[in-house]
Amino acid sequence: MNENKKIATRQSYGEKLAELGEKNENIIVFDSDLSEATKTSIFAKKFPNRFFDMGIAEQDMISTAAGVSTFGKIAFASTFAMFATGRAYDQIRNSVCYPNLNVKICASHSGVTVGEDGATHQMLEDIGLMRGLPNMKVMCTSDDIQTKWAVEEITKINGPVYLRLCRLATPVIYDEKQKFEFGKGLQIGDGTDATIFATGVVVSEAIKAKEELEKVGINVRVVDMHTIKPIDKEIIIKCAKETKKLISIEDHSIIGGLGTAISEVLVEEYPTKLIRMGINDVFGKSGKATELLEFYKLTAKGIIEKVMDE
Amino acid sequence: MVFYAILFTKLQKYDKTYIKNILKGRSGVKIKNIEELQTYANKIRKDIIEAVYSAGSGHPGGSLSIAEILAVLYFNQMNIDEKNPKAKERDRLVLSKGHTSPALYSALALRGFFEEEKLKTFRNIESILQGHPDMVKVPGVDCSTGSLGQGLSIANGMAIASKLDNEGIRVYCICGDGEIEEGQIWEAAMTSAHYKLDNLCVIVDNNNLQIDGKVTDVMSVYPIDEKFKSFGFEVINVDGHNIAELIQAFEQAKKVKGKPTAIIANTIKGKGVSFMENQAEWHGKAPNEEQYKQAMQELENIK
Repeated sequence: MNENKKIATRQSYGEKLAELGEKNENIIVFDSDLSEATKTSIFAKKFPNRFFDMGIAEQDMISTAAGVSTFGKIAFASTFAMFATGRAYDQIRNSVCYPNLNVKICASHSGVTVGEDGATHQMLEDIGLMRGLPNMKVMCTSDDIQTKWAVEEITKINGPVYLRLCRLATPVIYDEKQKFEFGKGLQIGDGTDATIFATGVVVSEAIKAKEELEKVGINVRVVDMHTIKPIDKEIIIKCAKETKKLISIEDHSIIGGLGTAISEVLVEEYPTKLIRMGINDVFGKSGKATELLEFYKLTAKGIIEKVMDE
Repeated sequence: MVFYAILFTKLQKYDKTYIKNILKGRSGVKIKNIEELQTYANKIRKDIIEAVYSAGSGHPGGSLSIAEILAVLYFNQMNIDEKNPKAKERDRLVLSKGHTSPALYSALALRGFFEEEKLKTFRNIESILQGHPDMVKVPGVDCSTGSLGQGLSIANGMAIASKLDNEGIRVYCICGDGEIEEGQIWEAAMTSAHYKLDNLCVIVDNNNLQIDGKVTDVMSVYPIDEKFKSFGFEVINVDGHNIAELIQAFEQAKKVKGKPTAIIANTIKGKGVSFMENQAEWHGKAPNEEQYKQAMQELENIK
């Protein structure tokens, strides 16, 4: 992990999308007046004919993307996670998921790491909303390398995908050679004292916690859950069997997100206690993203405390 | 040589557009006779009553009001091929008021997309004919609809894609007058005009009734024509039960360049069945046996 090189996953998305646009003329991109923030502006500048700004009208954007996809196009629709999944939920459900159309909803500004804009813009329920939709696949990536892989990977899936992206620049965790597999969690380390299942912006915090704990002789493993639906049952059961403690962490409500998805697997397959770290059924608030992560204890320090807790 | 000579003579009987359409995988069905088209509209009405009666539920009122619109689109206007329902170059129809699926299913069955027998399975657990249209299950259905207000955006998407591919496809979208109370319709209307979707034609089924009563009483959407005009549409007002007027409007819409067209079709909810006409209560209920018999008798007499 390179602590000095920080990139926001929204940036990686924008760059990769523009790169894919060269090879694949079927990629059509939509945004709702936030292209500079979601970074679809990079694609827009390169391919103005295949970029459609829909104005501040997220519901229209999602259904229009659905219509375009019926012509064999891969429609990408981007805006903030709040408005993409909250404002346009019915459109995602009925225009996109019910007919299983090839629409990729790539939403930035998820979680409290939106920062200063505060609660109205900090989407904490999106994974829960998207996970419940038949035909929908859900991804939440943790760094630049993984995001670029994911953006290409989802173009190979014929059907709806939700990709959750972040505003906050976070460390580059992986090197170019790292292999990822859709639907498979990536295990980092093989410590048996605890497993930390993490997704998105907090994976780097989990890795930091792992490194700190090693110094005091506590060996944990981190599982980067970039795919939340379908959830990787195998790795959850394996870690439940092999490690003494299970923790999940996400910049999302503890209701409906990664922690819930893991709980569902555990309760049916291998009943084990899971400590869910996330936003505990409250709205976010204004502040610097890093301050907010500290406030909600979504940091390496917060994880270490949970691991050390008896 | 003799074979080609015969073929050539045979082909000469048809006009060029017909042959071009056949070669492009489009079917050449284009009924010009008004009476014949009216017969199709009447058949659609009978199918609606049959389907809703056998299902014991459904939406007859708003289905009956679009019978002529669908008869004209499916038998006079649209370039489609029942043998190749997914042909890329086909015209598209989005029934944004998806609850009036019985009318659409009838038009599709009459056009040969599936057996007419299937209409009786409407809303049954094993049927492809869902309460609201499902594009995955039903041949000829271009778009899944049901949640009101989304169809115009989807139709815009199709019109955009068609322009990107330079296909020359026309996209039709039928909305209800109650439906246009949904805000998304007006987001979409902005998009249609902003992206100059002149290959798009919206038809508003203006029967002035919605579930809770008259549109004017529940939440007035008037003036519909002025609204669409101010949003940048070419607007044509027609009697939605007059086949000649509908054909003329669709032909006029094809000539409009640089902007979308909205046809405001003045219709009667429940048209053709005396006790259903202009009655909001027939928006979404099935007739009992006696009412069914009377309705069928009345529709039989029209013919």
